[in-house]
Amino acid sequence: MRQIVAGKIADTVCQMCISANYYIDPQVIECIEKARKSETSPLGKKILEMMLENYRLAAEKQMPICQDTGVAVVFAEVGQDVKILGGTLEEAINDGIRRGYKEGFLRKSMVADPLFDRKNTTDNTPAIIHLRLVAGNSLKLIVAPKGGGSENMSTIAMMKPADGVEGVTDFVLKTVKNAGGNPCPPIIVGVGIGGNFEQCALLAKRALLRPLNDVHPDESYGNLEKELLEKINQLNVGPQGFGGKTTALAVKIEHMPCHIASLPVAVNIQCHVHRHLEKTL
Amino acid sequence: MEKRIKTPLMPDVVSGLFAGDSVLITGTIYTARDAAHKRLAALLEQGKELPFDPEGAVIFYVGPSPAKPGAVIGSAGPTTSYRMDTYSPALMAAGVRGMVGKGPRSHAVVEAMKQHGAVYFAAIGGAAVVIAQSIQKAEVIAYDDLGAEAIRRLEVKDFPCIVAIDAEGKSLYA
Repeated sequence: MRQIVAGKIADTVCQMCISANYYIDPQVIECIEKARKSETSPLGKKILEMMLENYRLAAEKQMPICQDTGVAVVFAEVGQDVKILGGTLEEAINDGIRRGYKEGFLRKSMVADPLFDRKNTTDNTPAIIHLRLVAGNSLKLIVAPKGGGSENMSTIAMMKPADGVEGVTDFVLKTVKNAGGNPCPPIIVGVGIGGNFEQCALLAKRALLRPLNDVHPDESYGNLEKELLEKINQLNVGPQGFGGKTTALAVKIEHMPCHIASLPVAVNIQCHVHRHLEKTL
Repeated sequence: MEKRIKTPLMPDVVSGLFAGDSVLITGTIYTARDAAHKRLAALLEQGKELPFDPEGAVIFYVGPSPAKPGAVIGSAGPTTSYRMDTYSPALMAAGVRGMVGKGPRSHAVVEAMKQHGAVYFAAIGGAAVVIAQSIQKAEVIAYDDLGAEAIRRLEVKDFPCIVAIDAEGKSLYA
């Protein structure tokens, strides 16, 4: 058994929250620079330029790229030969979030009760933690702060198998069109297909963790990603919803086996302030 | 190219703003988002005074990140506006003449804008550090218990935004 001290996990999560919120994924910069060149709307072009300037200023001034520093979503892959000393994994992660959001001057955006008194927990905990037990003796952590504006535009549908590729395509396009300018386009579209109701939503979220410039290993899904991206960018939503060719920077699909009766589809919308950092202990 | 305007918003200024105009705002603006709007609406319903003078006021839908030591404010970009749609007509009836957020508004909000002569500005979502550079002073004036959602009085200079929907109801959103 390999031993990892809980305090080390907390330190790591603390640093990851801060870095993820100050420094944009360099691939987003690449995508926006490319989009700026091909964007035909003058206002759209100007907005994309302002976004690039904002990423630069955030890094320079060590400030959050966006004031919505998000719900702290943490994916943890725990090797089954790892033993955590001095506390539970969940406590360690929440301790890291608590410290990271305080030390990094990040916004605390969690309310304890969602419906009645909606009182802020004041330290951005609890994190939303997705655990996976895997082979080996290491601990992989992914911290992905997620803003409320784009999360609110996400959708799920329990479709019929007969709906097929056409049904899925229509649903994704409808979701992006209805979201319009609300989720701060240009967006990244995470699509989950298969599994069941709860697994499908998680697939859509996990899809967002893939590198923006990768190609899906399955050719059919790779082609569907490409086709969806083209169709989304013909919707004329554009940067911030003011029209233009740049509505999405990427579409990523993750899929899983599902029931003979089902075709679950989930769309998780991510704003251009796409934050995710990975570290293995 | 850019129109420079001052707050509070006067009727002649509002009527000279058109959807698509790039605008730089200078003066006092107030922050309020979901939780603060709920409280403001309750005050209006009870016929009580608002914690700021609504006459010609501009409300910025924002919950800024905390200021670092020595800084005026943290990052301060707009939040999505439709969540305030329920409350906005009553605030315009009370005198509010400008709203700053992101994303489209409801039919009822646009109708109230036309009725009262108010304008809806879009600030760029995810340009929070750029926007923060235009904020020269920030002070919590109400609902401190709401943290990021408290109402702040901001003094801004050349705050960058775009007229998304003008007082005639013309909109940049498809």
